[in-house]
Amino acid sequence: MMNLLEILQKEFGEAVGEVHQNYGDDTAVVDSSRIVDILKFLKEFPECPFDLFLDLCGVDYLAQSASGGRFEVVYHLYSLPKKKRIRLRVKIAGEKPSIQSAVPVYPIADWFEREAYDLLGIRFEGHPNLKRLLMWEGFEGHPLRKDYPIDKRQPIPTLGNLL
Amino acid sequence: MDLRKFFGDTVLTTRIKDVVNWGRKYALWPMPFGTACCAIEFMGVVSAQFDISRFGAEVVRFSPRQSDLLLVMGTINYKQAPILKKIYEQMCEPKWVVAVGACASSGGFYDNYSVVQGIDEVIPVDVYVPGCPPRPEQILDAVMKIQKKIDPGAKLE
Repeated sequence: MMNLLEILQKEFGEAVGEVHQNYGDDTAVVDSSRIVDILKFLKEFPECPFDLFLDLCGVDYLAQSASGGRFEVVYHLYSLPKKKRIRLRVKIAGEKPSIQSAVPVYPIADWFEREAYDLLGIRFEGHPNLKRLLMWEGFEGHPLRKDYPIDKRQPIPTLGNLL
Repeated sequence: MDLRKFFGDTVLTTRIKDVVNWGRKYALWPMPFGTACCAIEFMGVVSAQFDISRFGAEVVRFSPRQSDLLLVMGTINYKQAPILKKIYEQMCEPKWVVAVGACASSGGFYDNYSVVQGIDEVIPVDVYVPGCPPRPEQILDAVMKIQKKIDPGAKLE
């Protein structure tokens, strides 16, 4: 079987940037505009179908905000028939980060994306129900952002906020 | 008329308040609000090794309406705080609250956006128990302190 990262580079050209491969962790930094196409391609790739969506998480690289890539979304996929993993990293620029939702391709991404939106404020365009997952209604800000004050406390919610 | 002279040592006189408090302190009905490892310690307190029934507090109720001692054991976060408050409000008077462990007393090492920094931000607390988690003896000591609070004049020794 061909190297998966090479296949991705051949298929998507410029959209696939830096890649690396150590100890079996195939990683590709890909362009945010093509992420849904790449996920779809990997899911339906006949030689090694990535049928299991393992994880999606957001990252805040506050120190890199000047260079235009403060936020990052990381996808982990697994191929059950081929026992192979791949990691996709997508850099998102700006203070109001936004990326296409992966839900149309992998419905399981629903709550992962809601969590990333809740805690880091990354908007997933096309998500069917993008609202907070862990914090309550009325919570202000996104607490896992590195510039969220560590000693900031918000008013204790009432039961009405929770139900 | 001197009652003692009339009845001899067959009668003991006291005040109604003292009798009621004597009954209350040896019939505490705890309601465990366990959210973390401190609640595991409470299992040890209830079972044979430490045996909370020596203090008359073994009738553990899982309904706040049937209990008068609220044991908050574990981390209380912002989303749980209104639930804890509701449970406290459902308990009948008189009622007492013990904050068991570092998290319930002060937030513990969870000094962050999601954890209440001590349950006394939400409900009044009678006894705080330090430890992470506390030893079962410390929880028994808290029960004894509550008993002392109910009946301050009595000698526990």
